[in-house]
Amino acid sequence: MANRRQDATVIVGGGHAAGSLLTTLLQKKYQQEVVLVGEEPHPPYQRPPLSKNYLAGDIDEESLYLKPRSVYDDAGYQLRLGERAEHIDRDNKTITLSDQSTLKYGQLVLATGSRVRHLNAQGADLKGLHYLHDMADSDALREQFVPGKSLVIVGGGYIGLEVAAIAVKAGLKVTVLEAVERLMQRVTGPEISAFFYAKHRGAGVDVRLDTAVTGFEAGNHGYVAGVTLADGTTVPADLVLVSVGIAPETALAEAAGLPCDDGILVDEYTRTNDPDILAIGDCTRHRNLFFEQTQRMESVANAVDQARTAAATLMGEDRPYDAAPWFWSNQYDVRLQMVGLSHAHDERVVRGKPEDEAFAVFYLRQGHLIAVDAVNLPMALMVGKKLVYQHREVKAQALRDPDIELKSLI
Amino acid sequence: MGKITFIEHDDTEHVVEFKAGASLMQIAVDHMIPGIDADCGGECACGTCHVIVADEWYDKTGTPGDDEQQMLSMTPELAKTSRLGCQVQTTEAMDGMTVRLPEFQM
Ligand SMILES: Cc1cc2nc3c(=O)[nH]c(=O)nc-3n(C[C@H](O)[C@H](O)[C@H](O)COP(=O)(O)OP(=O)(O)OC[C@H]3O[C@@H](n4cnc5c(N)ncnc54)[C@H](O)[C@@H]3O)c2cc1C
Ligand code: FES
Repeated sequence: MANRRQDATVIVGGGHAAGSLLTTLLQKKYQQEVVLVGEEPHPPYQRPPLSKNYLAGDIDEESLYLKPRSVYDDAGYQLRLGERAEHIDRDNKTITLSDQSTLKYGQLVLATGSRVRHLNAQGADLKGLHYLHDMADSDALREQFVPGKSLVIVGGGYIGLEVAAIAVKAGLKVTVLEAVERLMQRVTGPEISAFFYAKHRGAGVDVRLDTAVTGFEAGNHGYVAGVTLADGTTVPADLVLVSVGIAPETALAEAAGLPCDDGILVDEYTRTNDPDILAIGDCTRHRNLFFEQTQRMESVANAVDQARTAAATLMGEDRPYDAAPWFWSNQYDVRLQMVGLSHAHDERVVRGKPEDEAFAVFYLRQGHLIAVDAVNLPMALMVGKKLVYQHREVKAQALRDPDIELKSLI
Repeated sequence: MGKITFIEHDDTEHVVEFKAGASLMQIAVDHMIPGIDADCGGECACGTCHVIVADEWYDKTGTPGDDEQQMLSMTPELAKTSRLGCQVQTTEAMDGMTVRLPEFQM
């Protein structure tokens, strides 16, 4: 194409953010040459099913792909998979890859995502200890799903709980160990935590709150045999999943001298402080006009929204990131959908009854709706998406009253 | 194998081949049809895969479940034959079907 500038736009990282960026650029008919460098051997794929239906064996590898590989090939986008970007030379605008080749960039987009936090406890290097972040991890876990085996999950966040739901259905004996006093504490309020606690207990999962893990006990052949607790007892285990959160993958950016603070710092246009380098997805601490403070998010919605913002920025459009975050989780037959961030609330309103397995919690701050968590009640999520985005003032009574249609609040 | 026609809000037509079994959303996404976001990847969690089925084909797509109806009820450009594309599994009987895409997703 005649008006292509000389140096390619290079995307580092091959996850959800990178994949969405490729797609958006393609749809917007971006005229630059585009090269994606991704460490994993797969074209960009979705991670949510790794703890849900893919782990259960209900869908195959190809249905995880954001697009069939041929879409990128047909567009002339180059995917360099199985290669890691090792170093950025900002003066010469090149990156060095793991095969020692260098790649010149005009614009560089970092989409390096996150890595799982490892436990530094005694015995943490034993065999049979799993983490869950990529396709290979999910495959490895599924292979161990043999009825009757004992699985101990360290961490009662949504990923650990989704795995618990699939594992107990597969006939495993499942224990969840959570350090604090309620499940999913980081992302939701007490009513939702209590609901999922009851749901998992009812399904036969042994959920233990306020339970600190001190280490892992060795069995035969270097395999884990149990998880030791602060109270001196041991929970027997044939396999263990450690699911205690993630950390943004910022090493590459930090080494290149880009400002980072628990995430690569970017503005509402996804720009770092180097005009030729953008960053998107889990690896960023970013500005989103919806919030007053910078945020770090671990969600598909953020990866996709930032990818769309970056595409606009690359094409010289003025389209800042301005969106209410949203999220979902599937456990058993329950779909949890969330919009907004709830932790700064000063009032909670529950609509519907948890025992009916269809209810929602509305989080207000000074009378304004800041977040909604909906359990099998998509209407609350959809109405919430609008009202939360607008920081709307709403009457608690109207949210609570089953005779007032949620739709009428818009 | 059969053909489905996707029509964008500006009347641009895309005729694509499909294999029965895939969802309408997946077919649109795999063929890079503009106007469908499908942010949640087909989990009926995001509401960004709204499609409007041509009247005469609507019956062939089955009935939307309660969840889907709740999600749809808030979409802009809601029509009588609206569906969430990820909840419509294609069958051989859909060969020749026409589906419109809204201007905006949720
Ligand atoms: C099991 C699981 C379940 C989840 N469920 C949900 C859910 O239900 N809903 C939701 O909204 N979100 C969910 N998430 C979170 C969501 O998947 C992430 O927020 C999203 O994938 C972030 O996209 P990303 O592209 O920023 O990072 P990632 O998807 O992590 O991709 C980053 C990629 O970059 C590669 N990379 C890193 N460094 C380099 C380098 N130097 N060179 C080359 N390549 C590199 C990595 O190998 C990786 O492939 C889930 C995540 C997991 C792990
Ligand atoms: S793809 Fe998200 S609801 Fe259909």
